[in-house]
Amino acid sequence: MLYREAGDFKTSYRDDSQTFPLKLDRLGYYAALAVAFLVVPFVITDYWANSVLVPFLIYAIAALGLNILTGYAGQVSLGSGGFMAVGAYAAYKLATAFPEISILIHVLLAGGITAMVGVLFGLPSLRIKGFYLAVATLAAQFFLVWLFNKVPWFYNHSASGQITVPERSFLGWIITGPQTSASAKYLVCLCFAVLLAWVARNLTRGTMGRTWMAIRDMDIAAEIIGVNPLTAKMTAFAVSSFFIGVAGALLFTVYLGAAEASETFGINKSFLVLFMVIIGGLGSIFGSFAGAAFLVLLPVFLKNVLVGSLGWPTDLAAHLELMIVGALIVFFLIVEPHGLAQLWRVTKEKLRLWPFPH
Amino acid sequence: MKKRNIRLFAAFATATALAAPAALADLVVPNFSYRTGPYAANGAPYADGFNDYFTLLNERDGGVGGQKIAVPECETSYNTEKGVECYESLKGQNPVVIAPVSTGIAYQLIPKVSADKIPMYTPGFGRTSAQDGRVFEWVFNAPTNYWDGASIAIKYLLDEHGGDLNGKNIALLYHNSAFGKEPIRTLQELSKKHGFKLTEIPVDPGSSQEQKSQWLQIRREKPDHVILYGWGVMNPAAIQEAANTRYPLDQMIGIWWSGTEVDVMAAGAGANGYKAMAFHGSGRDYPLYDDLKTHVFDKGLASQGGPHIGTVLYSRGMHSAMVTAEAIRKAQELAGTDAVTAAQVRDGFEALDISDERLAELGLSGFSPAIKTSCEDHGGSGMALVQQWDASAKTWNPITDFYEPDNDVVDALIRADSEAFAKENNITLRCD
Repeated sequence: MLYREAGDFKTSYRDDSQTFPLKLDRLGYYAALAVAFLVVPFVITDYWANSVLVPFLIYAIAALGLNILTGYAGQVSLGSGGFMAVGAYAAYKLATAFPEISILIHVLLAGGITAMVGVLFGLPSLRIKGFYLAVATLAAQFFLVWLFNKVPWFYNHSASGQITVPERSFLGWIITGPQTSASAKYLVCLCFAVLLAWVARNLTRGTMGRTWMAIRDMDIAAEIIGVNPLTAKMTAFAVSSFFIGVAGALLFTVYLGAAEASETFGINKSFLVLFMVIIGGLGSIFGSFAGAAFLVLLPVFLKNVLVGSLGWPTDLAAHLELMIVGALIVFFLIVEPHGLAQLWRVTKEKLRLWPFPH
Repeated sequence: MKKRNIRLFAAFATATALAAPAALADLVVPNFSYRTGPYAANGAPYADGFNDYFTLLNERDGGVGGQKIAVPECETSYNTEKGVECYESLKGQNPVVIAPVSTGIAYQLIPKVSADKIPMYTPGFGRTSAQDGRVFEWVFNAPTNYWDGASIAIKYLLDEHGGDLNGKNIALLYHNSAFGKEPIRTLQELSKKHGFKLTEIPVDPGSSQEQKSQWLQIRREKPDHVILYGWGVMNPAAIQEAANTRYPLDQMIGIWWSGTEVDVMAAGAGANGYKAMAFHGSGRDYPLYDDLKTHVFDKGLASQGGPHIGTVLYSRGMHSAMVTAEAIRKAQELAGTDAVTAAQVRDGFEALDISDERLAELGLSGFSPAIKTSCEDHGGSGMALVQQWDASAKTWNPITDFYEPDNDVVDALIRADSEAFAKENNITLRCD
């Protein structure tokens, strides 16, 4: 009833293979984009931008990146935090070395540098698989964070080892630094998120995505039918690291404004992004967004309910928050192991028949 | 359509719950506490001291100048991202001062408070060069800072060795974060000046309980002294390792963040003789505690039930609250109104004059050295003393008077750092 398919005819293959084949879905998608671009920037406050929407969009990009590697290509990675650090430090070095070039270009270049680093650390994936690869990427995580702490060149020899973003603007709008307005921050992150999600969607349903999925499902079989595991795995690492690098660069330049490798990009960050991908749904673009939303919004929501509305002590609330988030993760994994994306798929299936199920 | 109504309601409830809580009418002084995570043992007493002092003012005097002080607490877990979230959510309540008890969060918030025009108070932590009021208009770190601390440690060691540290080997065991890296530059300068060898040994925050390799290095190199810049679980681990490796604990000296009861208790008798700096007294032997007892503790209003009263970090939280209250008082005096704004409180911080007489009036005679700030100087005197742990009596005993830092070295470094910051961010110097 809510999801009407009747009368929605396709007359070409192109129509049939579009991302949102259902008209209702398509309209919903356009409406969401319109609200996100045309309404939210005018009503957004500092609090909504900095505590809710900007971190959500940035983590969604990181989750997209890891989803490409883990969800589509089947290569487990625990190095996301380290790769985000590469993006952040690359953006910092580029922004301070070439102040005349737009910071948005630096963010993309930082993604490119992260892609190269990602390929380098992805090389072992040709020989080792599964848990062993996870350990190799874990090494990347620790090595990269150690490197950014150890070599003063990366943080321009600042006394505290922190990197601080300089103020930069784009078309007269300040987009980094403390003077940035909430809507500017939000719009920068939104543009990157929408653009990268579009890229990810189209990569994953093209040749490249199919080779990734072939490798994921059975690498030997894929090799026999002519998929080159070297290019498939390396492109997966490159594209994934590009996304994660852009997320790290945005996290540092637009969201936090200052960062420190071991604190901001520690192993916890790797786990956070991995949880987003698992809870959201492996191998799903929507799942990356849903997982990021779940893990960014839920703690803020719980904190505001427990402390703000119920007036409980903050430490009790913080402990409860850990327990509730943990319990919900376990609950989701038991009830719906394919994540929120699958839950959404099932809901749609049900809504299609509602209110007249068979 | 019932389902849809429920969904609408759920969406509405989510939206309202995610929005920041409404503003309060009183003067708002948020407490950025951390009672969870690896730094909780240090964060909880500090937050309690901070809360209790303001509870006392509210209960006994009806606030400051008749204005009640509201102290909303926000849990940061010593994590910068959560700290930023706290700042943004508390900003809506128009706080008059921000005091994040974390150097990482302080670094994060310095540009933000400067843009939002809210003063930030970071006593004994945060960005050292914020002492230079010409550059950092909105940040205050009186009475002392990390670089002062490093130079006082060296001064104390100079005294111990008859004024000569030539050829000595001094190791810095530090928390590998913004906090622990702060003193490195000062110690490097001082090593050039006094001719000692400086060995820098980092401990990563994520695995700060694992210090076997660091202490192996210390055992091998046998430094004459170890200066400890640790925080959270790193401190008890370091002191325990020192005791295990038989490193003489009286040759170890900690910054004030590494000199609390929780740090030394774990090592038991092994921690005896360990030294640390402090910029205020501790214990309950101040007249203020009589008032606290009548107005706060006996009424059952002590924060968290009062398990940490009188400890070093409780006293530090109280010290921070005391200076903040004095700044608000000063601001009220300068502005001629009781309902002061954040900008007026900034003026109050800049005109602080907490003399020894004033401290006696507050019932805190001898609790801390006098604090005086000015437009150029947001850092106060920088004085600190050295205290030593007596494991059998379980007390910290001061073994020196308050030391002046080595201002020749520290001031030059501060100026260089703050001027570089001003140049990077196009800040014109104030106070001319």
